[in-house]
Amino acid sequence: MKRELTCVACPLGCSITVEYEGTEVLSVTGNTCKRGDEYARTEIVNPTRNIASTVKVVGGVHPVVPVKTSAPIPKTMIFDCMKEINNVCVNAPVSIGQVVIPNVLGTGVDIVATNID
Amino acid sequence: MLNYDLVVVGGGPAGMAAALKAKECGVERIIILERAETLGGILEQCIHSGFGLTYFKEELSGPEYAARFIDMVEKTDIVVKCDTMVLDIDENNLVTAVNKKDGLLKIQAKAIVLAMGCRERPRGALEIAGTRCSGIMTAGTAQKYVNLDGYMPGKKVVILGSGDIGLIMARRMTLEGAEVKVVCELMPYSGGLNRNIVQCLNDYNIPLRLSTTVVETHGKDRLEGVTIAQVDDHLQPIESTKEYIECDTLMLSVGLIPENELTKNVGIAIDRVTNGAVVDEMRQTDHKGVFACGNVLHVHDLVDFVTMESQLAGQGAADYILGNAPAEAVYVNTTTGNGVRYLVPQRVNVKNPNDVKLYFRVGKIYKGAKVVLEIDGRIISSKKRPKLAPGEMENVIISAAELAKMDENSTITVRVEE
Repeated sequence: MKRELTCVACPLGCSITVEYEGTEVLSVTGNTCKRGDEYARTEIVNPTRNIASTVKVVGGVHPVVPVKTSAPIPKTMIFDCMKEINNVCVNAPVSIGQVVIPNVLGTGVDIVATNID
Repeated sequence: MLNYDLVVVGGGPAGMAAALKAKECGVERIIILERAETLGGILEQCIHSGFGLTYFKEELSGPEYAARFIDMVEKTDIVVKCDTMVLDIDENNLVTAVNKKDGLLKIQAKAIVLAMGCRERPRGALEIAGTRCSGIMTAGTAQKYVNLDGYMPGKKVVILGSGDIGLIMARRMTLEGAEVKVVCELMPYSGGLNRNIVQCLNDYNIPLRLSTTVVETHGKDRLEGVTIAQVDDHLQPIESTKEYIECDTLMLSVGLIPENELTKNVGIAIDRVTNGAVVDEMRQTDHKGVFACGNVLHVHDLVDFVTMESQLAGQGAADYILGNAPAEAVYVNTTTGNGVRYLVPQRVNVKNPNDVKLYFRVGKIYKGAKVVLEIDGRIISSKKRPKLAPGEMENVIISAAELAKMDENSTITVRVEE
């Protein structure tokens, strides 16, 4: 099997061709860096994405503070993860890198704040 | 009246990088004037990741990228005045600004860096028929509502324009539970990065319709729907392709305009294509001691390039203030050849002892075309690029050795060869 992908690892957006059989990747071509190779391999086996959103803050300057996943999570879990994010509320002060939800949905990935409030 | 060596107008990524570089070069009295409540500029609402890959070699969100520079500014003696609006700059570099605390401020500057950024093209700039109901806004305004105010502006969304902000907001609204029905793009290609088409639209099965526009909005108090239509080769809507789409929100992501009111008031020459000032390789405008960088100069795709350009402007301003600029200036204009829409800088001082990078954008999508740099009719470089697109800023370098060979009669041209 052959699949054409657009790499999302960086803004270059290289066109990558992956040859694979089932979940075994035979070859990756068209990438211009190592990250592209990694992206193509995970994309075939278990596509993952980083997500960014906001959580409610009590007593802060803004009503919400931005958060992100500390590492990519499986694509299929994005909306479940959003539910978790929308269920939490943090108290000000919030610092950058502060863990808002540890080990979200058992993925081993944390939801961390990306700004102060 | 206050006296400063350098006044920086705007405390976004451009203004902060320019001020920090000038400080590093030895400029003593620097002040940043920022209209918003905090430093950081538009990055504060760009909560998605993708920033810093070039400059910091890691992937950061907008606020994280801004925070690194805010921290650096705070560690210096650079004075920052937020909530402060610059009203005027005169021909003697006297800056007039106003805020609630100080009232009217008059600041005499030796040099000025213009870093006001850009704003979005509004609805009024498009000729869409229909009422003035609520629910029609720019994508950036929607982004502020959702990411800073924690407020969802709608449930069923149509987006016009496939610039990066539009694509990012298509994903953001979907994540928050809205239904994004379609993204329409007038041109036959997207104005956004390929990766954003993949991770913002394709990931969520949001259709992108190229060569399609919104011709009418419907609704009395709140938007109830829009009529979209395909356009012909002359970008005119085709009557028979009209289609009604029910929605309560229309977001516009139809281009950015550098915010150059102050620049124009001083009488600084403006490039008709970039809508930013005409500058030299250190980003100095034709008004001595006034520099411009970042999105107020030309709209960038990546903040990393804004930072790097602004460091050049900061260095240029420092050289000017400290008397380190090349004593002699011989300017040669850069000329756009086939396929090249604009070039920044628009002119180069050939007495500059360093390599000069020319940034440009092409007018359409090219595959496997060559970018040719020609000086005095000689081909200096000719490099094949797998893909050139209007949405992606490109660059070519003129080496210091080539510059040294040039004089006032020289010519510099960049063109695309298919």
